[in-house]
Amino acid sequence: MTAVRRAAGARAARSSALRIASVFPELLGTYGDSGNATILAARSSWRGQPAEVVTVPAGEPVPRHCDLYLLGGGEDEPQVLAAAGVGAGGSLAAAVGAGAVLFAVCAGLQIVGTSFPGADGNVHSGAGIVDLVTTPGATRAVGDLVVDPRPEVGLDVLYGYENHRGRTSLGAGLAPLGTVRRGIGNGAGQRLAVGPRGLTGGDLEGVWAVCGDGLVVGTYLHGPVLAQNPQLADRLLDEAVGGLPPVSSDDPRAAAADRAATALRAARARQTSRG
Amino acid sequence: MRTSTRRWASPRTLTALGAGRVVAASSRALRRGSGEVVGGKAMLALQPRLLAKLAANRTIVIVSGTNGKTTTTRLVAAALGTRGPVASNVGGANMTAGVATALAAKPRDAAAVLEVDELYLPAVASLVRPRLVVLLNITRDQLDRSNETRRIAGLWRALGEQLPGATVVANADDPLVAWAAFGFERRTWVSAGQRWQLDATVCPACGGLLIRGEGDWRCTSCDLRRPEPSVVAVRHDLIDLAGRSWPVKLALPGLVNTGNAALALAAATDLGAPVAPALAAISQVGDVQGRYRKIELGGRVARLLLAKNPAGWLEMLELLDEAPPRPVVIHFHARIADGRDPSWIWDVPLERLAGRDVHVSGERAEDVGVRLAYVGVPCTLHSDPADAAAACAGNGTVDVLATYTAFRELLLATVEEPA
Repeated sequence: MTAVRRAAGARAARSSALRIASVFPELLGTYGDSGNATILAARSSWRGQPAEVVTVPAGEPVPRHCDLYLLGGGEDEPQVLAAAGVGAGGSLAAAVGAGAVLFAVCAGLQIVGTSFPGADGNVHSGAGIVDLVTTPGATRAVGDLVVDPRPEVGLDVLYGYENHRGRTSLGAGLAPLGTVRRGIGNGAGQRLAVGPRGLTGGDLEGVWAVCGDGLVVGTYLHGPVLAQNPQLADRLLDEAVGGLPPVSSDDPRAAAADRAATALRAARARQTSRG
Repeated sequence: MRTSTRRWASPRTLTALGAGRVVAASSRALRRGSGEVVGGKAMLALQPRLLAKLAANRTIVIVSGTNGKTTTTRLVAAALGTRGPVASNVGGANMTAGVATALAAKPRDAAAVLEVDELYLPAVASLVRPRLVVLLNITRDQLDRSNETRRIAGLWRALGEQLPGATVVANADDPLVAWAAFGFERRTWVSAGQRWQLDATVCPACGGLLIRGEGDWRCTSCDLRRPEPSVVAVRHDLIDLAGRSWPVKLALPGLVNTGNAALALAAATDLGAPVAPALAAISQVGDVQGRYRKIELGGRVARLLLAKNPAGWLEMLELLDEAPPRPVVIHFHARIADGRDPSWIWDVPLERLAGRDVHVSGERAEDVGVRLAYVGVPCTLHSDPADAAAACAGNGTVDVLATYTAFRELLLATVEEPA
């Protein structure tokens, strides 16, 4: 199994702005995905690292120079169009290989793999950045998705919502983001055995893959998933730029955001433990 | 000409109509609701062909779309009401049962203006054979339905073939609506505006990328482009089929309703109503099923604004800016009828609430709280909408933005306890 963390200092602290690329938001933004860029930029600045969101419009090439790339969710037809653009020129794969972090959500998770099914019944090529394959499921997976991250990932339980028909198999040697506590997740029948710290094993969710000097994190927790899981946002920032301090508690906006997230996570815990 | 009900309907139909009346009256007596839906269901159970029978030999207009159905139905009914009696499902019951109840009302040869749910439109229209169909817009409404927008556009487009000779009055500014309307033989294009554009970025015809300009759109891969409209809403003016400009002073607030009025006027004039009285009737429509109604909430005067999806939110934020800033209560649920997935609030530019006193209630208030925190708009969460209104600064009117089920909840509470 691939290492969870890259060597310490894979990315050093920096003085210039962190560049967060929101890739093809008109195609991959069906489920409020722009929220993840907003949240990452805000938290980065609250941690003393100025950040800018670089919007990559559909039809334009994906730039090589960004630090963190975001691929969101989309409907079937826009997903096919987006996949062609993401794969074109290989610049995203090259940026990841050179150390960038790619966070791929829902349709984005399928696009980073080698192939996925389209609404037309055809199999479409993905960008091939990660060795995963998506095939159509018998039914759509729609509803709350609660994920226990693998212990090595070092995060609290993740809350979110899923809405997809694809079933995603990870290639040999690839590790998931975690296992499913509630919902479907990758849904391809792959399971993780009981974990070393007594953690219950379960069906796989997402992917956490070191690629060259970079990292790809993918999940079916869709849309603005970082709103409910600020720890994951901070972890992605840590992977993109080393040595950041925690969010400053002196900043009233940061404090308000953390209070709001604590209240939201408590509500989600209540809501998802029912029925 | 018919002289008694016996001559136009079979015993089965008459029994169905009678049963529907009894069931609806019982529902009202038990304070369960208006009875429109249960009454209609009872009728249809006894006479499945009721819709086609009730709709025969009368002028029927159907209004459908994601946002503005109830309001535009009322506007068309008002405009046609200048010419004679009009039947309409004014309560907003917009599936088969509600339509049956509206058509069963007397006189049974009256023109009918029917609001119909987007997904039910083909089924209802193929039975009632409308002379005219008004298509407003197609945007995301419930995120947990998949591929909803393109699917609805496809259903509507196929409907055109089933209704030869029917006229479609369609919003030319919405690419999904325009593509659907090209399936109809007779078309009247209206520029009713489309402020929310994120749900039509890909061509419904070929999957290519759409490009949008100032009031224009076209596909980069195929021939689909915005059709030239013959009725245009320009801020608070309407330009009619004859090219004349009419100033519009609606009782309803918001530029979105000028667009709805343009569609209503185009429909009514297509059916022979003269412009001036039709427009006068449209302008007088005020409260539509509680939208913009002022109620008492937590000891305050509260104006109810329905905001059930991103497109609707954008229109309501625009409307808020038309008046001096008031405190805002957001009452937010994510029940089945709202869509169980509230992710879309991240697509709504809530930073536009900056500077207002904002209070949030509802089952998913915490989701709104996080959204507001990241755009730097301070807010307070409350367990109850009345507490939220009571906590608002000052003592003036409060604007309440509510999702579909949250809005219904506030409205029902005021009907049961009149102030």
